[in-house]
Amino acid sequence: MESEQFNKSSEIEPTGPVIEPGHTFASVTDKISAIVLTQRTPRFWYVGFGLSFILVLVLLFGTAYLLTMGVGVWGINIPVGWGFAIVNFVWWIGIGHAGTLISAILLLLRQKWRQSINRFAEAMTLFAVACAGMFPLLHLGRPGYAYWLFPYPSTMGIQPQFRSPLVWDVFAVSTYFTVSLLFWYMGLIPDLATMRDQARRRFARFAYGILAMGWRGSAIHWHRYEMAYLLMAGLATPLVVSVHTVVSFDFAVGLVPGWHSTIFPPYFVAGAIYSGFAMVLTLAIPLRKLYGLEDFITLRHLKNMGEVMLATGLIVAYGYIMETFSAWYSGNIYEQYMMWNRMFGPYWFMYWALILFNILVPQALWLRTVRTNPVALFIIAICVNIGMWLERYVIVVVSLSRDFLPSSWGMYSATIWDYAIFTGSIGLFVCLLFLFIRVLPMISIFEMRELVHDTEESR
Amino acid sequence: MTLPGSETAKELSIYGLMAEFGQPEALLEAAHRSFAEGYRRMDAYSPFPIDGLAEAIGFHKTRIPLIVLIGGVLGCIGGFYLQYWAAVIDYPLNIGGRPLNSWPMFIPVTFELTILLAALSAVLGLFALNGLPMPYHPVFNVERFQLATRNRFFLCIESIDPKFDREATRRFLESVGPQGVYEVER
Repeated sequence: MESEQFNKSSEIEPTGPVIEPGHTFASVTDKISAIVLTQRTPRFWYVGFGLSFILVLVLLFGTAYLLTMGVGVWGINIPVGWGFAIVNFVWWIGIGHAGTLISAILLLLRQKWRQSINRFAEAMTLFAVACAGMFPLLHLGRPGYAYWLFPYPSTMGIQPQFRSPLVWDVFAVSTYFTVSLLFWYMGLIPDLATMRDQARRRFARFAYGILAMGWRGSAIHWHRYEMAYLLMAGLATPLVVSVHTVVSFDFAVGLVPGWHSTIFPPYFVAGAIYSGFAMVLTLAIPLRKLYGLEDFITLRHLKNMGEVMLATGLIVAYGYIMETFSAWYSGNIYEQYMMWNRMFGPYWFMYWALILFNILVPQALWLRTVRTNPVALFIIAICVNIGMWLERYVIVVVSLSRDFLPSSWGMYSATIWDYAIFTGSIGLFVCLLFLFIRVLPMISIFEMRELVHDTEESR
Repeated sequence: MTLPGSETAKELSIYGLMAEFGQPEALLEAAHRSFAEGYRRMDAYSPFPIDGLAEAIGFHKTRIPLIVLIGGVLGCIGGFYLQYWAAVIDYPLNIGGRPLNSWPMFIPVTFELTILLAALSAVLGLFALNGLPMPYHPVFNVERFQLATRNRFFLCIESIDPKFDREATRRFLESVGPQGVYEVER
């Protein structure tokens, strides 16, 4: 019934179905598992992995230097005590949100097109949250004491301050990482069993066998599995909304003009989904081309993701407009000056670049020809990635640089160590993704079999 | 030479009989017929979840939702109490005479810990109920069974079923239209 409707809509859908016709249970299994097991590792993999690994080395070097010399090597100062580290933290966490949205919220909404993109979107979430988690730790200055943030029986007889959003952040981000990891691993188990049975090399059989934990596809197991998966989706949905809400509280609870605003939670969550979908597109478009996965990640997927980007982008645009409006309407000189300073102050370039990348360029997505053109989508996705980073820069740095007293104003500019660690974190993210597509199936095989079954049934 | 009980010993020397099918519908049909025939100790194996298959072999309820609920409630109460204990009992800080039990500020962490414990109990509960990790299982002794994670569908009637009889069960399984029937060694 449900799959009938789904098929009907794919018939009238000019951009085509969610899986190209002619695939069988065996063909989807073989095609996806062969990328890992039998195909020669393509040359671009070595090039991509090598380049990103160089950036990982840059990250390691930058971190070592930072830990030796202290956070003074960064551009942060008083008044701008939160620099690149916090900008990057918020940016990476936001990127992670699309993976959970695709795997949990679209599952609850019964959107079948999620099935071929959820696996690598979840992997992306995990790696993005790992990159994000690194920054507050480095920002502490003395990462060895990070455990002070957790309640533990301390010989000092003190406890964390649970009324502080920074402590909420610790719980939100660590819960988010744990739940994303569990969700991802749970989704992988049936596919790990497939890999175990498809692998011919002894070590591969052993390794996948250990990870699959003896999964045998029993009907009773599947029954419990589906129930647990659904509940996990139900738990991850409010979680993902709460995470960026708590991140926005880090700012909104403070008194700094440009931070102290009730619109922050919804506008941060929408921004997170926006940047996350941009990153999914940034990864999916080259991957489907390079690995020849156009049958599974079809134009329909790209178009749908483009539409989600357009919708969340408009919510973000509304957030910017409301920020400007409330600054003016509040009649508060500090709020009004904050807005004027963003637009025409020393960082005016950042603000207008942000408006260009985040609001003006993505309006091209209104056109169907743009939404179904992978190259155009890729360019827009890159623009949104940059735009969302600039948004966080404007919020963090520009607000702090000029607050209430002109005598305490100051300027911030990032040093080479800021850039080293930022680009290094991108390298770490890309490097982990390359390792992931090399050793694990990047598309959920069992869900593709289900998709084949459903489309056959309704034919 | 027939000793009492040797008949059962002979039946139990194998794990069961396994039939192979090429289509999910055929497996579902066979599962329904086996249940109607009176078999109860059996399991079906498929490369993806099939609607109604667990019900067809007589498995209706799962305790996963209850486990998740218990995990969530424990996380919620435990999470709130953790903060209450830290802020009110163990390390009270008087900040301008404000109440120590400032419960609205404790909600975010309570929420996160609710989700964390519910999610952990969902996954660990799933593993526990399914008996995973299980490195050895007799069904893997059937050569063809490695296709159960690719494109083949299997139904295994276990020898501990009271109605199990090597010959009769084999004849029955052959009558439901399989592509092969195999003995599963222990």
